[in-house]
Amino acid sequence: MTEPVYDVIIIGAGSVGTPAAMFLAEAGFKTLVIDQFASVGQGANKAAIGGIRATHSDPAKIRLCLKSIEVFSTWQQQYGDNLEWIAGGYCFVAYRPREEKILKNLLAVQKEYQLNIEWLNREALLEAVPALNPEGLIGGTFSPDDGSASPMRSALAFYRRAREKGAVFQFGEKVTGILTVRGRVQGVHTNQGTYSCGSVINAAGPWAREVAETVGLDVLVVPDSHEGGVSEPVAPFLRPMLVDIRQTSDSANYYFYQHATGQIIFCITPAPPMVGTDRRETSAFLPQVSRRMVNLVPRLCNLRVRRTWRGLYPMTPDGFPIVGLAPEVEGYVHAVGMCGQGYMLGPGVGDLLVRLIQGNLTANDDEVLRGLRPDRPFRGQEKLK
Amino acid sequence: MAGYRILAHPILPVEEKYAFTFFWQGEPMKGLAGETIASALFANGVRTFGHHPKDGAALGIFCANGQCAQCTVLADGLAVKSCMTLVQPGIQVEPSDGLPSLPPVAPSSVAEMKPPPEVAVDCLIIGGGPAGLSAGVELGKLGASVLVVDDKHRLGGKLVLQTHRFFGSINACYAGTRGIDIATRLEEEVRQHASVDIWLNSIAVAVYSDQKVGVVRDGREYLGVKPKVLLVAAGAREKSLAFRGNTLPGVYGAGAFQTLVNRDLIRCADRLLIVGGGNVGLIAGYHALQAGIQVVGLVEALPECGGYKVHQDKLARFGVPIYTSHTVLSANGENHVESVTIAAIDANWTPVPGTERTFSCDTVLIAVGLDPVNEFFAKAVEFGLPAFAAGDAEEIAEASAAMFSGKIVGLKVGRALGYEVGEVPPDWIRTGEILKSKPGETQDEQLPAEADGQIIPVFHCSQEIPCNPCTSVCPQGNIYIDPDDIRKVPQYISERTGKECIGCEKCVTVCPGLAVTLVDYRKAGDPIVTLAFEFGKEALRKGDVVTVLDTAGNVLGNVRVVQTRIARATDRTMVVKVQAPREVARQIAGILVQQAEVSAPMEQYVERLTDDMIVCRCERVTLGEIKEIIQAGSRDINEIKALTRAGMGACGGKTCQPLILRAFREAGVPAEEVELNVARPLFVEVPLGVFAGLEQR
Repeated sequence: MTEPVYDVIIIGAGSVGTPAAMFLAEAGFKTLVIDQFASVGQGANKAAIGGIRATHSDPAKIRLCLKSIEVFSTWQQQYGDNLEWIAGGYCFVAYRPREEKILKNLLAVQKEYQLNIEWLNREALLEAVPALNPEGLIGGTFSPDDGSASPMRSALAFYRRAREKGAVFQFGEKVTGILTVRGRVQGVHTNQGTYSCGSVINAAGPWAREVAETVGLDVLVVPDSHEGGVSEPVAPFLRPMLVDIRQTSDSANYYFYQHATGQIIFCITPAPPMVGTDRRETSAFLPQVSRRMVNLVPRLCNLRVRRTWRGLYPMTPDGFPIVGLAPEVEGYVHAVGMCGQGYMLGPGVGDLLVRLIQGNLTANDDEVLRGLRPDRPFRGQEKLK
Repeated sequence: MAGYRILAHPILPVEEKYAFTFFWQGEPMKGLAGETIASALFANGVRTFGHHPKDGAALGIFCANGQCAQCTVLADGLAVKSCMTLVQPGIQVEPSDGLPSLPPVAPSSVAEMKPPPEVAVDCLIIGGGPAGLSAGVELGKLGASVLVVDDKHRLGGKLVLQTHRFFGSINACYAGTRGIDIATRLEEEVRQHASVDIWLNSIAVAVYSDQKVGVVRDGREYLGVKPKVLLVAAGAREKSLAFRGNTLPGVYGAGAFQTLVNRDLIRCADRLLIVGGGNVGLIAGYHALQAGIQVVGLVEALPECGGYKVHQDKLARFGVPIYTSHTVLSANGENHVESVTIAAIDANWTPVPGTERTFSCDTVLIAVGLDPVNEFFAKAVEFGLPAFAAGDAEEIAEASAAMFSGKIVGLKVGRALGYEVGEVPPDWIRTGEILKSKPGETQDEQLPAEADGQIIPVFHCSQEIPCNPCTSVCPQGNIYIDPDDIRKVPQYISERTGKECIGCEKCVTVCPGLAVTLVDYRKAGDPIVTLAFEFGKEALRKGDVVTVLDTAGNVLGNVRVVQTRIARATDRTMVVKVQAPREVARQIAGILVQQAEVSAPMEQYVERLTDDMIVCRCERVTLGEIKEIIQAGSRDINEIKALTRAGMGACGGKTCQPLILRAFREAGVPAEEVELNVARPLFVEVPLGVFAGLEQR
């Protein structure tokens, strides 16, 4: 092998890999994306429900998602494809003092980063979200700049643009090894051939750990699964994404919103988590999530569920993504462990990866990457997963 | 308008039902107890139920089987499938135009929720049709605890739509009895077994990985059923076809048509054309004529119809033209079908210019084959739940075969449950195979010699099909079909038995194909020909002059009716005697019902210019869009879905998936290169309140 054929090979054409390929190709990198599935976004991307928010509680995710929102919200204007973006906002509700306290504490942090988020008392919240069950409602946070879009449409749009800019995609191909010489990445072996390159980005989502193993690294990404569902379309009546963080005996939070198509898309976090890559439907999901949703928005009792699925959350020990250069292998980049937020983080991460590979990081980038370093101690815990 | 309810039917009883008023767009209309909203609307002449939010296209009935959502209307403000929801007194029905709104609900009304109850059974049978009920009977005999769930309001599946007598053999599957009566008998039989529980209006919505089956009981209560063994006897769904105007209200499945006409007694069309010459299409034509609906023709793409020749002949003899090597080009109209355009096709399936013809009609029936409803079976296998499939869910065949398949599989389930039932007897397996067999060889029709001084039967039955009731009913034992292979054609063997035909007419009335006549040479003068006729008591009278035809529908001339008789023993079949000239008597196989003017094409053919060859009806995706994506190199149906939304609608790809696969085939893409759509729950849409266990809805 002589000259590298590709500047960058991205493993995974999903929520992170596809926008990364687009930004890299735009920046002039000769980019190849390899994915085990038959087309773009067929892993965790299409299981995402489509929520996009910048109102996190740490600088890294806040900055990345602000960039993502910029991409999602201006895409149609710039490129024409309708990603079904709606700036409907996010609303975390409080029906008990416990959640009120958690949310208000977070609010202070979020305010520090100049995020557009407010505490609404009961009356104000009911005005913003009239469909909420008023009984016992204390109030909640509302962040009007957050929103939602279609993960599938987004992946397809990024894919189209990436190819226009020269990125190459190989589908139905599984990475079997990463070629290194003297601790430096030289190429990628797959079940169908070998490609040489200067850099490799692991963007394999729930399969990130397997991919990392092929180069001898152990990246602490363990998938667990959540089930989600989509309803029939109905006339618009619900603007923001509703998030209810009350714990019950068998579930943590759950959230849902009305998509641009009029469909309600919903998801629940089971407790304890369902660890592993099993994506088969369970009988527990629908009764569990239905009771909680109908309790929060009573009129949903008449809403017909159309389809359900189970998607994988690539979790890390502290709930934060792992993004950065691998100290052990030169030319190997982690963009993994998005903890179920790969879709909203994707464009922001992709944009950052360009500067990371160019060696052209800004001070803000450094701050972001500090929190997501692959060699951090993983001691903390994300407050708002 | 006189209304479109059938007030008298040659075969089906028309019961007096409680009548009440409901409202359509605020206008009062008459509904009947037990009638679906769709049928009640049809009965009042309403055939367009709404417009699609995407492009404003008119929507109407399509599957009439709860599988699609094309017939959605708003009932008292809530979107429902009109084909599955019963009409109620005073209900306000509105068209589904645009997106329905979700009305607010008082918080107090959702205060009581509960987790779903669980029910453990030995065997859950999905589907109470011929296969499911037959299996239920076998398992009931063993005393196994069985739960049969069926999404309709009565048992019998598609048997309740079948006015014709069944093929097969009397011993194995009630041959010679009408489907609708078999349904009643099977129901009586299964209800004798105390261990068999039956839930009507109850639909299985998913098989889960923890081996539970979600069932919505009576539209209201959600339960988790935990069976030791699952038996899927959910039947089949109708295949669709892409042509211009294929989603106009008035284009629907032949099975849907039979549901409206024969189950609900609605004269849902005035004039129709049938696409597809399999048994379903051919029988639908017969059912139409029996319901007083004109049939302008039947179109079949192949050079021969695939259904039983006796069905085809019957239709041809009634005066329905059959256009083989033809296809439908378009259904024409704005809000509803006004006409249909067909054309001949060449060996490459390409329409031949200059052969286009347009027929004025209001309905186009699609009968281009069936697909098994086997997704529950596939899921159960995937999840390690012991499972069987029977009837059409296992393999598409006649209902007679489905009954026998249910019986065999019932035994297999019994074995799987640990009952000592032994092996399935080899002769059962052979009978099952024979009943499932497709039509075999067609021989040239052999007319018997004239027989002076005698009466003889003539069998206008020259194709090998699994059917032998004529042999069972002959008191003289004069009709022979090899008992080891009932697919052979019948032979008259009076010379071998030494007995003469006594003219009892039993073979004439029992024949499902109406293909047996008697020719009586015992009196001087022209012979008397006896035929079976199923158009009611008033259809013919002594002294009428009728046009008689040969087996294939060629006119032989006009003859006089000398006697008609409908008796208890003939079971709604009229036995007609005509006196006919000796030279044609043996050839007479039928009496013309529909005059030639009905099936005459319009003077000028109509070309539909709108590009609306729809593949995905739910999301209004055209064949052109799908083809473009395939041509661009996509081999993943999931990608097509993401790009176009095809398969994301209410039906979950049940209709479009086979059409998309067909588009791949037609583009020359090998099946193994195509990544299939991932099957996911739910089978049909269900309100969240049902899953939440709300006490009242």
